[in-house]
Amino acid sequence: MAKELWEGNAALAEAAIRAGVEAFFGYPITPQTEVLEHFSKRMPELGRVFLQAESEVAAINMVYGAACAGARVMTSSSSPGVSLMQEGFSYIACSEVPAVVTNIMRGGPGLGNVQPAQGDYFQAVKSAGHGDFHMIVLAPANVQELIDLTVLAFDLAEKYRTLAMIVADGSIGQMMEPAEMPPMRPVRPPEERPDWALTGAKGRDPNIITSLYLGAENLERVNLRLQAKLKKIAANEVRWKEYSTEDADLLLVAYGTVGRICQTVVREARRAGMKVGLLRPITLWPFPSKRIAELAEQVRGILTVEMNAGQMVEDVRLAVEGRCTVRFYGRMGGVIPLPDEILPELEKLDAECR
Amino acid sequence: MATVEIPEDMELVYKYPESLTERHTHYCPGCTHGIIHRLIAEVIDELGVRERTIGIAPVGCSVLAYYYFNMDFAEAAHGRAPAMATGIKRVSPGKVVFTYQGDGDLAAIGTAEIIHAANRGELITTIFVNNAIYGMTGGQMAPTTLPGQVTTSSPMGRDVETAGWPIRMAELIATLPGAAYVTRQAVFDVPGIRRTKKAIKLAFQTQLAGLGFSMVEVLSTCNTNWHMGPVEALEWAKQHMVDYYPLGDTKVIDEVKALAKGRK
Amino acid sequence: MAKGMVIIDEDRCKGCGLCVSVCPVHILRLAEGRFNAKGYRPVEVTDPEACTGCAMCATICPDVVFTVYRRRRQPRQAAATA
Repeated sequence: MAKELWEGNAALAEAAIRAGVEAFFGYPITPQTEVLEHFSKRMPELGRVFLQAESEVAAINMVYGAACAGARVMTSSSSPGVSLMQEGFSYIACSEVPAVVTNIMRGGPGLGNVQPAQGDYFQAVKSAGHGDFHMIVLAPANVQELIDLTVLAFDLAEKYRTLAMIVADGSIGQMMEPAEMPPMRPVRPPEERPDWALTGAKGRDPNIITSLYLGAENLERVNLRLQAKLKKIAANEVRWKEYSTEDADLLLVAYGTVGRICQTVVREARRAGMKVGLLRPITLWPFPSKRIAELAEQVRGILTVEMNAGQMVEDVRLAVEGRCTVRFYGRMGGVIPLPDEILPELEKLDAECR
Repeated sequence: MATVEIPEDMELVYKYPESLTERHTHYCPGCTHGIIHRLIAEVIDELGVRERTIGIAPVGCSVLAYYYFNMDFAEAAHGRAPAMATGIKRVSPGKVVFTYQGDGDLAAIGTAEIIHAANRGELITTIFVNNAIYGMTGGQMAPTTLPGQVTTSSPMGRDVETAGWPIRMAELIATLPGAAYVTRQAVFDVPGIRRTKKAIKLAFQTQLAGLGFSMVEVLSTCNTNWHMGPVEALEWAKQHMVDYYPLGDTKVIDEVKALAKGRK
Repeated sequence: MAKGMVIIDEDRCKGCGLCVSVCPVHILRLAEGRFNAKGYRPVEVTDPEACTGCAMCATICPDVVFTVYRRRRQPRQAAATA
């Protein structure tokens, strides 16, 4: 398929449609409303389900219901709306039904603003809801990646019967870029829904989907199963991209929008004679800790750049385990760090660990 | 059970419904949840839809309802059963979907979900069990607790000046265009139980006929947290609940009326 | 000859007494000095011959303890008075 000009949010929705999503439930919130709007037009055209819910709380529970019924389903929101969905994330995680969610992050805390930000890293990666669980968290840095990772999110969610979240921000969601859509996959017919799904107990014992296990040992068994699954995901599904790391002695770690900006920083630093490389995590959970640990043996220092007060940097430090110096640079409130402010931070790091 | 010989000229007039599992319930002795479960099961048996019915259990005393119904079941987050039911029904339009919810679940934390599901005319059925108290957490004030009623969180009796008035959900839902059949019944005596069953049947038939949202509010008891015996609780409920929560239909659209007539 | 008959699944019974309160012929009571597997005094029939098979006990029972039988009506003499 040829490249077309796609706006990020619409591309996300269309990619989900191409991936065979059967139902979308959502609530308008800037800067992701275009996702919902695209679905609102396309899903009825295709005879699929679109429903604008009364709240994000309802939307995620509609997703939970449709996922229990074995349908391929998703919702989309932005930071304050995602907070409202966290109850549902936890139930979905424990019930082990597959679902895809997106967070087109905006500035926070509170109502914050609608500018691009990465303040929800902790929420996505470490604290998606109450109890012990992780979502698979995918962080695209451009529209093409947004499309590809949306398709991947469905595959991973179904493969592991878990939640997969795409995190981006308004600058990716609302920018237009040439990108290529995947071919349209057929929608799975209802009679091919998974055998665990709630489809009516016809000729079989009833299926029960619950997240309630009153006995402590029962619930521990469920948790052990969940943890074993998460371990498998962590072993198999770590994704990242590297730029100019072969000979690097300084490393940038950044994801999403600022990860893309850091590609420019690498070029400019190289021009200035610094041997800088970039590792851009694509899965924020599971985190590319192993590769960062390897690179920490190679480089003198690591600069983590984020659009927040320093969240992913904690995971970088955990991966590095003191092997090299780790510093952080970030802007908050929707301010995007630019190359000409990141470069001096690199120079400082360079001087510090000479 | 010992085998008993049944004389040949005896016919079976009441038997264990197929739509219930054999599991004994965890409900307190005399709890009317058991009656309401059984009525739903009987209706599902009579309609012959067990194998395509999906139920949704709430949070509250009936959180474990999925153990007792012999059909596919999901357990929702507190108050979210109508949203979950919406999700299930929208992707499985041929199935029969119902929620079973208590008063805390439906009339407090899940108010938004029930109102909007009803307003959209979701083709689901809600069985709303109103016993004017939070049972599972040990007898706190519910949105439906009567004025002056003593609970563990209204120890001096519900003071409507500070706690607000009990909420009449059947009347509230009846105002919504998407609701096709809304009624309030009570399981305080045998005739009431029979009327409740009829209402539950009509509610499911409303769904099957694609006429819109249907809800049966069932006035119920909680003898344990009311601190009464089971029989005394039924009497208390008759004397005190029905005044505030009048029995009868609050919404029956013409198509449902025709349905009710047609089935006789 | 009894018009009806109930079979009691004793171990389901929680001794709540709702059936006792509605039986129109007052033939149900909670057992004295006897307990079921759950530790409740189960319901029992005092006079099986008086049972009418009305199923009111089954209708109000929260625990599906009762199975109820009723004697078939004798077929009417065909058109005897027509």
